[in-house]
Amino acid sequence: MADEALELSELKGEFRKKVNELLPEGNLNLCFTCGTCASGCPATGLENMDPRKFVRMIALGLDDEVTSTPWVWMCSMCQRCIYACPMNVDIPRMVYLARQAWPREERPKGILGSCDMALRNDSCSAMGASPEDFQFVVEDVAEEVRENHPGFETLQAPIDKEGAYFFLNQNSREPVTEPDEMIPLWKILHLAGADWTYGSKGWGGENYCMFLADSDAWEHIVRTSIKQAEDLGCKVYLNTE
Amino acid sequence: MTFAVLEGLKKFGIKTDLEIASIYQYYAKWIREGKLKVNSDWNKDLKIKFTVQDPCQIVRKSYGDPVAEDLRYVVRSVVGDENFIDMTPNRSNNYCCGGGGGYLQSGYVEARHQYGKVKFDQIVATGADYCVAACHNCHAQIHDLAEHFEGKYHTVHLWTLICLAMGVLGENERTYLGPDLAEVGL
Repeated sequence: MADEALELSELKGEFRKKVNELLPEGNLNLCFTCGTCASGCPATGLENMDPRKFVRMIALGLDDEVTSTPWVWMCSMCQRCIYACPMNVDIPRMVYLARQAWPREERPKGILGSCDMALRNDSCSAMGASPEDFQFVVEDVAEEVRENHPGFETLQAPIDKEGAYFFLNQNSREPVTEPDEMIPLWKILHLAGADWTYGSKGWGGENYCMFLADSDAWEHIVRTSIKQAEDLGCKVYLNTE
Repeated sequence: MTFAVLEGLKKFGIKTDLEIASIYQYYAKWIREGKLKVNSDWNKDLKIKFTVQDPCQIVRKSYGDPVAEDLRYVVRSVVGDENFIDMTPNRSNNYCCGGGGGYLQSGYVEARHQYGKVKFDQIVATGADYCVAACHNCHAQIHDLAEHFEGKYHTVHLWTLICLAMGVLGENERTYLGPDLAEVGL
């Protein structure tokens, strides 16, 4: 923050207008400046910022500062601040808007790359794994289980099973980097007698496009996955995380 | 991811008849119904202590305290009531581990560790040998925090423990177990 007094008349406040559209949770006049948010936030102090300061800076119209501070990527949007806030001021959504204010190509490379990977094919996997790769790994691991794990000779890990009750998603790091971690989950589903399936489309359980604050891509992923579950006639969309 | 789906449906006005659920709710249901025959006897003499991370995306941001109770019911059932130690604060009031929001992919590693120090201290204060992290991001971050700050605890997925408590955990499914559990039930 500046050392000299701020000249409010020179500030733009365009970002504040955007925040005000989030009414009622974006009504900055509701903020008591009590600091409950900042005192319970693990990101307080990073980049010389904290949630209360962030809100005050928006209220003052310090657009350049709030839309350029890397702090918005150091806040995990965990919502502990709004959970604790006596006035329900939605700071995480302001952080989302501030992330969105960054030109897409200047947002953190890792998050950007993970979102773009998910847009490459219908898997919606942040690792870019194709439906064919996924099917290969799942079938290979399931076969290994049936052959080598006594009591699981009939274990199934279906993909696109019509009419299955549960539509299961899976963080794609598991099939791609540690496929054996899928086995305990499958064993549980098998022993519980659950009628379940993965989808060839939208099986990826993660959504980095939301973290990238790319709303169109976030929506695309949700729609792809939900549509697949509906097309298969599933009843429950089951999140593993 | 639970929150991305639930919030996405709302934000983008997507209508569906699907029930959007967390698998924790079903783990708990299946144990209550006796479909998953878990047993904590393996830990009766070992007395290995466990704590649990409440993932923000599933607890605070999606289903609130009821799903946190389901999660605890499952953990207590599989490790033994007396071997579970809660972090403080917990449930909907829990601290984020610092792996969420894209943090692990953001490149801000130093900030991520500094953020995660709160979580690290919280886990260490329980004195638990293991932290159960039933969310991939939480698991990766909490595991990394132990390495970075040289903590002694192990970080384990919930499905690993459920299978251990049913005596069906295979040899190659033990990557995140310490030497104390490497052979249990094999």
